[in-house]
Amino acid sequence: MRFLFKTDYEQDIQLAKHSGYIWSYGALLLAVLIVPFFLEEYYVGQMTQLYIMAIAGVGLMLLAGYTGLISLGHAAFFGIGAYTEAVLTGNGLALPFMDEPIVFSFFLSFPLAGIFAAIAGIAIGIPALRLVGIYLAIATFAFAIIIEEILSRWESVTNGYSGLLVESIYFGDFELTDGTPFYYLCLGVLIAVILFSLNLLRSPTGRAMMAVRDSEISAQSMGVNLAKTKTIAFALSAGITGLAGALFAHKLGFLSPESFTVLQSLELLVLVVVGGLGSMHGAVFGALFVLALPQGLAILKDYLPTQIAEVPGIEPLLFGLILVLIIIFEPLGIYGRWLKVKLYFQMFPLYKKATFKRQKSYMKSERLR
Amino acid sequence: MSEPILKVRNIETYYGPIMAIRGVSLDVEEGKIVTVLGANGAGKTTILKTICGVMDPQKGSIVFDGAEIQKKDPDKIMRRGLSHVPEGREVFPFLSVRDNLMMGAYTRNDRDGIAHDLELVHTYFPILKQRSEQPAGQLSGGEQQMLSISRALMARPKVMLLDEPSLGLSPILVKEIFAIIKRLNVEQGMTMLLVEQNANIALHTADFGYVLEVGRIVMEDTTENLLNKDDIREFYLGMQDHGVRGKRRWKKRKTWR
Repeated sequence: MRFLFKTDYEQDIQLAKHSGYIWSYGALLLAVLIVPFFLEEYYVGQMTQLYIMAIAGVGLMLLAGYTGLISLGHAAFFGIGAYTEAVLTGNGLALPFMDEPIVFSFFLSFPLAGIFAAIAGIAIGIPALRLVGIYLAIATFAFAIIIEEILSRWESVTNGYSGLLVESIYFGDFELTDGTPFYYLCLGVLIAVILFSLNLLRSPTGRAMMAVRDSEISAQSMGVNLAKTKTIAFALSAGITGLAGALFAHKLGFLSPESFTVLQSLELLVLVVVGGLGSMHGAVFGALFVLALPQGLAILKDYLPTQIAEVPGIEPLLFGLILVLIIIFEPLGIYGRWLKVKLYFQMFPLYKKATFKRQKSYMKSERLR
Repeated sequence: MSEPILKVRNIETYYGPIMAIRGVSLDVEEGKIVTVLGANGAGKTTILKTICGVMDPQKGSIVFDGAEIQKKDPDKIMRRGLSHVPEGREVFPFLSVRDNLMMGAYTRNDRDGIAHDLELVHTYFPILKQRSEQPAGQLSGGEQQMLSISRALMARPKVMLLDEPSLGLSPILVKEIFAIIKRLNVEQGMTMLLVEQNANIALHTADFGYVLEVGRIVMEDTTENLLNKDDIREFYLGMQDHGVRGKRRWKKRKTWR
């Protein structure tokens, strides 16, 4: 057990509370940096996909976990980001007064993908400001369906259901959007996004977002402008999800509206809830759950006795079972379990199970609304 | 002395690792009002929640009407005749006042009895009759408290658990509500366990009192005796002795510490 002796107010808001943080996250960083040299190409691709989902998860976490606004339409922002990237780096932006469409470099189109998604986020955010809970979920759901329709009908730009080829990004002969370089790109973006979010959350804006989540009335009486805070949260969340979408476009290499359906939105929501609402860890754990667990189950299937492994639909069954168990037994998702494991090692011989013992019903402090 | 209707013995209740109730025992005799006094965080509400089954005690027993009820589900306990008036009223805001009262009689089947009790409730709280068609969310705080108490009465319980009926009410309304509580006790013979912060009015209403501090009972006596104790007068009723030097002694300690 470590006791922190604080000598400075700055210590209260430092991201690394003590040297342990630097060591453990440093080790993690080192591990993910060297891992492509030891893995097969397929698994490097899977890790890349994991980072992309985690970025989208961080985006939704800001909205659902930290501002308390449920969105069933994040696939729309994901899609907007992906299509913006594909169009800007591919066919380019055709303006009426110009002879040739402008084709953007990746370093310009990538932020633009985020910005476009953020603008879409503001567009849905402003009318949806008065909505909370289930009503907001329905409004964003409708928005997602509209965007899906636009993506499939606006054929001059998106090419509809015939799909849109995404150009790879080259620097001379060096291909950025494939294999190991792309892995590092996604990892870099994920780390940047997480650091940005953590920084945001220790700033007044971030605290205002959490205040809005916990009590709108109190937040207002502390001088928080509800409309502004919610719009910011919507814009940032949509923007980050849009960035994930842009990377996703390069990962797939071929876009069609079917990749951005409501199912994708639901998957994102499952990701943040299972990972743990209201924690940055949760976004990464959730991405692990959504992506790595089906993979793990597929591998596990090879080791199961044939009678069980041959049962049709055994993988979705196991996946669903684990999902339900986590939802029932861990109010804070996988992050909650992580906290327990962490405390177990911190306290080592003295860990008491009763620390996390629950009463019949959830207390106010145990689960977000 | 007859056997008390509600016997709580050595209950210990935890919030996670935090021990909120540290071995509390209390008796409630039939036809009496028993009050539990205590400051914020003493565990008053937790005691009531443990008795009515919303929370489970780790240890100890609760005997109600001859049967052990600890760790049972709240609805089962309620059906045995123990009604809980929760802290902060908790009326059903979208149901009309009448429907709220009928929800109180949810477990009963005797239409005549329900109609009779509805009348009875209306004689005690005439305002509820006037408002019977309004949604309960539109009532004022005091009216909601009255509704909450009446709703519990509609179940015709053997014992009522009242959690801070004075919460958020003006002094005059507090007086009014406690007068009705006393009347219910005298006229209907209703047994009550009353948890309060407002020690003055609670001690004047109840027959027997317990003083709770940080999860332990530190004093128990009839309310007349409690009212005369120095500690209660000073720390709960705010009456100060001015001593010889005209100011409060800085070393003044409670007897139980």
